[in-house]
Amino acid sequence: MEPSFVSPLSGWGRFPVEECRVFRPERTASIAEILESGGEPTYIARGVGRSYGDASLNGGAGVISFERLNRFLDFDAETGVLDAEAGATLAEILEIFLPRGFFLPVTPGTKFVTLGGAIAHDVHGKNHHRVGSISNFVESFRLQTPGGEILECSPRKNADIFDATVGGAGLTGFLRSARLRLVPVETAHVLVDFQKCPDLESAVAAMDESDHLYEYSVAWIDCLARGSALGRSVLMRANPAKRTDLRNGARDPLALPRRGGRVLPFDFPGGLLNPWTVGAFNTLFYAVHRTAPRQLADIDKFFYPLDSIKHWNRMYGGRGFVQYQVAFPPETGRAALANLLDRVSASGRASFLGVLKRFGAASRGLLSFPFPGYTLALDIPVSNGLVDFLRDLDRLVLDHGGRLYLAKDAATTASTFAAMYPRLREFREIKARLDPENKLSSSQARRLGIVEG
Amino acid sequence: MKAGESGGTVLVLGAGSAIARAIALELAERGYGLQLAGRDMGELERIATDARVRHGVPAKALFFDALATDTHEAFLRESREASSDSLAGAVLCFGALGDQEEAQADPSEAKRILDTNFTGAVSILSLLANHFEERRSGFLCALSSVAGDRGRQSNYVYGAAKAGLTVFLQGLRNRLFRSGVRVITIKPGFVDTAMTFGRPGMFLVASPQAAAKRIVAAIEKGKDQAYVPGFWRFVMLAIRLLPERIFKRMRL
Repeated sequence: MEPSFVSPLSGWGRFPVEECRVFRPERTASIAEILESGGEPTYIARGVGRSYGDASLNGGAGVISFERLNRFLDFDAETGVLDAEAGATLAEILEIFLPRGFFLPVTPGTKFVTLGGAIAHDVHGKNHHRVGSISNFVESFRLQTPGGEILECSPRKNADIFDATVGGAGLTGFLRSARLRLVPVETAHVLVDFQKCPDLESAVAAMDESDHLYEYSVAWIDCLARGSALGRSVLMRANPAKRTDLRNGARDPLALPRRGGRVLPFDFPGGLLNPWTVGAFNTLFYAVHRTAPRQLADIDKFFYPLDSIKHWNRMYGGRGFVQYQVAFPPETGRAALANLLDRVSASGRASFLGVLKRFGAASRGLLSFPFPGYTLALDIPVSNGLVDFLRDLDRLVLDHGGRLYLAKDAATTASTFAAMYPRLREFREIKARLDPENKLSSSQARRLGIVEG
Repeated sequence: MKAGESGGTVLVLGAGSAIARAIALELAERGYGLQLAGRDMGELERIATDARVRHGVPAKALFFDALATDTHEAFLRESREASSDSLAGAVLCFGALGDQEEAQADPSEAKRILDTNFTGAVSILSLLANHFEERRSGFLCALSSVAGDRGRQSNYVYGAAKAGLTVFLQGLRNRLFRSGVRVITIKPGFVDTAMTFGRPGMFLVASPQAAAKRIVAAIEKGKDQAYVPGFWRFVMLAIRLLPERIFKRMRL
């Protein structure tokens, strides 16, 4: 009998918290055993719990953690294709393959996510405007259906299942392993151009104008600045550094500097983060950055600035926070972003910096988040009246033709979600075929009506 | 003796568990080749592949059943052949906590616990000891348990088997000292594996990776005995020092 226990569980935002029965198999065969005799009505796969809301929660039912099923199964140094089990983290992949000259083709803002989670949310990175989301680099994967069948899926084979599974939040089956194409790099560094933009208009204009010159592009945006400074940002855009760009020729170009990890050891007390303290921080952030070209930064520093602080999610206090991430089409984008920032800064619901970037082409995933336009992500601490506030934001997002991201969402409604994802019906049909008894479900899937019940 | 230099290969017995896998990967990272022995060949193949892909060392899965002691001689031959007779040492990781209550009600469960943790271990360790003694080199490392330091009501059949193993290893260490073969007894406390997952009363649980680092360090330093994590030495010292007339009244 596979060991398990009932425990309050949450995502990275620590909101919501739900009682789930957690399993953590150490052998592949245990997945089938749990489904057979685990005694729960439904199950959802969980990686290392880095999605923010309730995508990896299953209140009153089963959660299967895949962290111990993280083996590398093959690597082809010619093609850069790595075959790994779903529980392998991007951090592990970097640890082994960066020294050999390979980098992730797409990476989210933290490397502490699993390969399975990255595919289930079809994650994007700072290069989305160039290459799209991670599913563009998934050669194939093996999916275990609730019936126990193993399906090999790729953009050519079982393509409909492939499309439902990338971005499908774990609801089509259990990802056993996936073949991901890594990309060659000369060094573990990038050359960053920093550019200060005094308002939203100039930030968006700069991105529209010259993002195509950069492999990676992101803007940190001050969500509290108002009036003429609304949306003031620091653009950080970069290209991979070549060996000749490294000043010190003696050091290993693929080595990362060793950093002692810092830990946020306790929850910040509620009230410590308020519009004044956060406003001061954001102002300082804007003030210390200078417009400067070709600054050398290592991969950890550029892509994963928050990974160096363990448990940074404690910063928002014991009640947790939601990360609200939206995408808007190019036509409405500027107005929508301005309205949204206006609403957030006027609400006094302190958010630190937001992250703004341009999206490129949409991926093939039926429930994949990105589509061409702009995306903005901001943290909002949980406090009284939050859900009503988010409902207001949801309406604004819908009015501008925008959508929310399943990896972040903790609070929207089924009707809003359905309006945002026109291919939901197709997804439901494929899910019904793969999982006729609805054995796979999550708190989020029920809240959003993706799964009945 | 590293794989790259001299073909040093370490045999890991019971290699399918989380702690064994962590030990195997730690050894691989330090350049040792691996033989991963156990019953679930599919699982062992995946672990072997993982070690090869991550660390570029040779790694091979072998079938081994601790309870089938009459197969152990043939197994050792196979293992020696597969390593071109260059075994640097062996790490014994198999064991089973079993079900104490069932063992009280049904002697066959008690026998199964004793056979897995003690009889099976004695059988393969004896054969390996003879091999290394003859070669006058090598090491034998075995995972015993803090449960073997003092018997308590919640797991004393398992504890008795591990106590037997600890004493057996002491004798073996004494015997092999003159032939230069090292014997290392590891006493893990709580390690975060399927054996402890979700059990009540766990505290200061070590990750398998942290435990493995300490275990492999103990092997390379040639220690006689190591508690894992280290502070368990003091926990168990306190537990051993409690007078029996008090200890017997406690609910442990």
